[in-house]
Amino acid sequence: MAENARIRITDAGRGRSRSMSPQRWGALIGGGALAIYGITRRSPLGIALATGGGSVALLAATRKPSPESSASATILINSTPQEVYQFWRDFENLPRFMNRLETVSKLNDRRSRWVALGPGGKPIRWDAEIINERENEHISWHSLADSDIQVDGRVDFRSAPAGRGTLIDVHIEYSPSLGTGNTLANFLNKGANFIMRQDLRRLEAMIEAGEIPTIEGQSHGRRDFLTGVMRVADPTRPIPVRSNLKDTFAARRRMA
Amino acid sequence: MKAVCYMGVEKMSVETVPDPTILNPRDAIVKISSTCICGSDLHLYDGFVPTMEQGDIMGHEFMGEVVEVGAGLKPDKLKIGDRVVVPFTIACGNCFFCKKQLWSLCNNSNPNYWMAEEMMGFSPSGLFGYTHMMGGYAGGQAQYARVPFADVGPIKVPEGIPDEKAIFLSDIFPTGYFGAVMADIEPGDTVAVWGCGPVAQFSIRSCFMLGAERVIAIDRFDYRLRMAQAGGAETINYEEVDDVVQTLKDMTGNIGPDRCIDAVGMEAHDHGLMYMIDRAKQKARIELDRPVVLRQAIQACRKGGTVSVPGVYAGFIDKVPMGAFMNKGLTMRAGQTHMMRYMKPLLDKVEKGEFDPSFVISHRVPIDRAPEMYKIFRDKKENCTKVVLDPWADGAHAA
Repeated sequence: MAENARIRITDAGRGRSRSMSPQRWGALIGGGALAIYGITRRSPLGIALATGGGSVALLAATRKPSPESSASATILINSTPQEVYQFWRDFENLPRFMNRLETVSKLNDRRSRWVALGPGGKPIRWDAEIINERENEHISWHSLADSDIQVDGRVDFRSAPAGRGTLIDVHIEYSPSLGTGNTLANFLNKGANFIMRQDLRRLEAMIEAGEIPTIEGQSHGRRDFLTGVMRVADPTRPIPVRSNLKDTFAARRRMA
Repeated sequence: MKAVCYMGVEKMSVETVPDPTILNPRDAIVKISSTCICGSDLHLYDGFVPTMEQGDIMGHEFMGEVVEVGAGLKPDKLKIGDRVVVPFTIACGNCFFCKKQLWSLCNNSNPNYWMAEEMMGFSPSGLFGYTHMMGGYAGGQAQYARVPFADVGPIKVPEGIPDEKAIFLSDIFPTGYFGAVMADIEPGDTVAVWGCGPVAQFSIRSCFMLGAERVIAIDRFDYRLRMAQAGGAETINYEEVDDVVQTLKDMTGNIGPDRCIDAVGMEAHDHGLMYMIDRAKQKARIELDRPVVLRQAIQACRKGGTVSVPGVYAGFIDKVPMGAFMNKGLTMRAGQTHMMRYMKPLLDKVEKGEFDPSFVISHRVPIDRAPEMYKIFRDKKENCTKVVLDPWADGAHAA
């Protein structure tokens, strides 16, 4: 299965046109802007920004697209395998901690309809079916025909030693590659694994603390240009559906 | 509401910003009656801790009255009208670390966990008003603050205790105490404390509480050294001696202090070539921290002794004498304070009249004067040791 996915990705990559992706354009423009801003600052911080921004732009201009086909992550949660399994088994819970999932709706006990945010905020839809499960231990699923992408996912739950909770291992393969939808994420080489680690961290907070920590919507004083750039570039925040860069930029600047 | 905002390096400003609102079920909103500038805020003021952003609300030492609670808070834990001190570390109370009482290492309170993970491998708990890497939470140098996980951190203060005796439970009193706890003091020990700022003052007094025989305090400002002496410490003015390490040896029968506490952290001062190099590197952001004190502490500490580091470091340091540390068999302990371990016992001490933490206060001013107080505190002008801000006073000159 893994082998097949990889072959398909390679083929998709070869068929790609040579023009630059929106992400790379973003990195080029954003990095360039940061560099210019840094140069105008004439301070040590400015120099650092200029260097950093320059490298982003350079990398964006020279980097080859590297499609990713899978995401893996693991986390230890202070809870029982039963509790975590049951939470996960209800797929409708997944968008509560997976930032890039818009909705999952149950069609029947084994089938569900998924909508995710693709690159540039474009929605991607697929239907999935559970193909294997062992209560409190394992769930695996795959997408059905007529889906926008092909997805194979599995999650395992194991008791950690000495009552330390539950170890969760998640592995998802998909094709064609989605990218990670964010220029900085690409630049920092924060691929799909990084995104999934953040998702699992939110799951941990939900289960252990009952809520996901946040500062979105809190008060703050006047923000500046640099903060706006940092908000747009934050690799943990997906670009929302149907938004243009200007609105996103404005929204992120308002964000705490 | 009024809030002290970070507007850039050495630029603080009192801004009018929207009042905070409940964002999560376990949040509470506190109407702040007293708030302070902490020595660690000066590291932000000087721009040496990464991920501060223009507009961030400063402050992590505050207390006040609960005026709003989230739906997830049980009334027996916290209710509207409670008078509370809020600890500067934010903890969920349910993760592996909280269950082990390692509150300042909570796994679930930093929304920007990934930023700290980049620099440190893992993230400690979220902090109020202390960079986006540490969560980006709006701080308490304001008229109101939002307190997440409010059923874990805030501690109720009886009406009989005035603000000035309770406010320091939010950080520096427990932090000074934690510095002494981490030093593993045994009866008869001599403890050297670097720095005579507010945290050090509490550390000095805590060392005696925990059984130390002698405390030797090191600083360069007479008014601070005098305050250390009032707490029972012997003192060294490092600008008046050639070599702090040799002086400490001479004062301890050439065995060295048993325990060393670095209550200074990343912006230590010294003289000599090494210090000049560190300072230049820090200015250029090549080295984030100046580890002058850490070097001296490792050199001076007696063999098999303990180096305790409550002082704040943010990033990377150069030329730490690892050879000395290893070959002398030293133990080093460090960390942000596990506040919830110490707030209650220390509040009890205050309540019983055994200890009055208000002695460190040098300035009581309205919040509008916060920006200039940052500078005065940083430059150690006006014999400044601790600044308490009144968020509600009208710009008038107090104390």
